[in-house]
Amino acid sequence: MTFAGESLTCVRGERLVFEDVSFEIGPGGALLLMGPNGCGKSSLLRLVAGFLRPAGGRLLWQGGPVADDLDAHRARLHYVGHLDAIKPVFTVAENLGFWAAQRVGRADAASGVARALDRFGIADLADIPARLLSAGQKRRLNLARIVATKAPLWLLDEPTTALDEAASTTVRDLVAEHCAGGGIAMLATHIDIGLPDARVLRFRTGAPTPAEEEPA
Amino acid sequence: MSAFLGLLWRDVRLAFKQGGAATMTLMFFLLTVTLFPLGVGPEIEVLSRISTGVLLVAALFASMLSLDRLFQADYEDGSLELISLSPLPLVLAVLAKSAAHWLTTGLPLVIAAPLLALLLAMDPSGYPVLILTMLLATPSLSLIGAIGAALTVGVRRGGVLLPLLVLPLFIPVLIFAVGAVEAAIGGLTPRPHLFILAAILCIAAVLGPWASAAALRLAFE
Repeated sequence: MTFAGESLTCVRGERLVFEDVSFEIGPGGALLLMGPNGCGKSSLLRLVAGFLRPAGGRLLWQGGPVADDLDAHRARLHYVGHLDAIKPVFTVAENLGFWAAQRVGRADAASGVARALDRFGIADLADIPARLLSAGQKRRLNLARIVATKAPLWLLDEPTTALDEAASTTVRDLVAEHCAGGGIAMLATHIDIGLPDARVLRFRTGAPTPAEEEPA
Repeated sequence: MSAFLGLLWRDVRLAFKQGGAATMTLMFFLLTVTLFPLGVGPEIEVLSRISTGVLLVAALFASMLSLDRLFQADYEDGSLELISLSPLPLVLAVLAKSAAHWLTTGLPLVIAAPLLALLLAMDPSGYPVLILTMLLATPSLSLIGAIGAALTVGVRRGGVLLPLLVLPLFIPVLIFAVGAVEAAIGGLTPRPHLFILAAILCIAAVLGPWASAAALRLAFE
């Protein structure tokens, strides 16, 4: 399982966000996207998730162009963005259960949901309406999606925002386990998340320039 | 299939838990129609003459009222992006959301229409066709309206733009719906009008979700 981007260029609203960004992630690899605010980390993740079309370059999964079958690409990834996608009137378990059931069907979703809530320490909140959750708890609920169902490619945009130390550690452990199982992860972050084996794609400030890859 | 029904069921439950849209649509329909006898005057002949048009125009505006929230809420909280990533194709997801919109806003209108027809002294011979017409017309309104809702989802105050976009597309539905009921009341066969309404529904069911899905993908950029 390999995932690569070849000289990707991103243009949003006629503004060049970045150009000529390349990366290659092997099986069990994690790639940290680092750099200051507004340098294009989130845009790269949205581009990889298929929300944005690259203005140049291409994405390759197992060596084959992702653009050939975007539906298959979407089905193999988990995306956690800035928005928590939580319906305040549903309970915690209902919110997570819906997303899990959309992927694997209602029958298989239940065990994954219980495991995911437990993993993020919100199992005792399962029957509480989500409108009562704190910002950090909402974040945990959103992140629990990536545990509830399996997907080989994780795209996490600032996953530790609003999280306390324990939950941040959980995220780090989850990514490490995911990679140990052969999965691929891309994380946008501007703090050191504590993944020693991860490679870093560093975005430079100012004018868009080729981001350079460096060993962490 | 289970993902399709799951999304449909979620939207129906959301509509009832949040109240709002479904109640507002029905209340708008009831209030508008009940105001007509007060405004036009209590002459039975006049009311009876305009009853078909009043009912269908009011139903059309009522179903448009909640359209701007069809995708907006899911767009704003990030749910729509995740729906587009789920294995259920976005076209079918749009169809599920349109179906849920019809179940929570269109179907109550269909049920309320005969009662309001009584209030407007509509000729009883028009009742069965009125119900049939509403059953064919209101799903078309949800499906066509979804295109407008998808096009304006990323636009601030898109609710202002939405009626301008979808009203021209609603007009054929209105014309043939009124034609069917008027034909039945006049003692003619409503079949040609109903067939055309059914044809519009078929076209809307195929093209509507497809166009809406394309518009939503643009909104993610």
